[in-house]
Amino acid sequence: MTGGILESALTFGFAALGLALAMNLWRLVKGPGVTDRILALDTMVINVIGLIVLAGIAGGSGTSFEAALLLAMVGFIGTVAYAKFLLRGDIVE
Amino acid sequence: MTGTALPEVLAGALIVLGGAFALVGSWGLVRLPSLMERLHGPTKATTLGLGAMLVASVVWFQLGRGEWTTHELLVSAFLFLTAPVSANMIAKVHLHRLRAGEAGEGPGPAGAPDAPPGGPDWATFEAPHEGTPGDFEGD
Repeated sequence: MTGGILESALTFGFAALGLALAMNLWRLVKGPGVTDRILALDTMVINVIGLIVLAGIAGGSGTSFEAALLLAMVGFIGTVAYAKFLLRGDIVE
Repeated sequence: MTGTALPEVLAGALIVLGGAFALVGSWGLVRLPSLMERLHGPTKATTLGLGAMLVASVVWFQLGRGEWTTHELLVSAFLFLTAPVSANMIAKVHLHRLRAGEAGEGPGPAGAPDAPPGGPDWATFEAPHEGTPGDFEGD
């Protein structure tokens, strides 16, 4: 009886994150501004980190957190690089 | 409820909470009318939801399997530090593009944001102060 609780929660989590990613994709396509698209990409990265964490719980391996940490860093650097480029016309001055 | 079920129930509740918060944040990104409002959803709700999922992972590996992992705390600390920074950068880009009249940058129903009270203008529009990293005059 207790075996189904975590599976049900994981299924709900995967479904919620998938739906969230679909909504982010809609905002990424629709815009209307460049800043909206940067924000949508940033949110997509955060949601994908959530997917990796849930996959780590479901797989029980415990090795997927390096991927989550790497994606967190790369996503942040990407967002800041987009914003810097739009602000200054250059990324590393 | 037996003692062996506690980790599953705790981790499951945290996963459901995190999924719900992530969904609310992305729904706010779709639903809210202008970029300044849309910033609220991903920066607060989605980050909090991801924090709940990371705590669920710590709880599950600690209570369910007896392994103490700290990677998750590292990820959540990094995210909680970087989310405000990237939101600030996006807001600055939005203010500059709004003032420049770039295509697609709408001010929203409330109109363009006023200058802050007590100051001449938003700090991002000011020239760099003397001696700060953005000041290239004295180089």
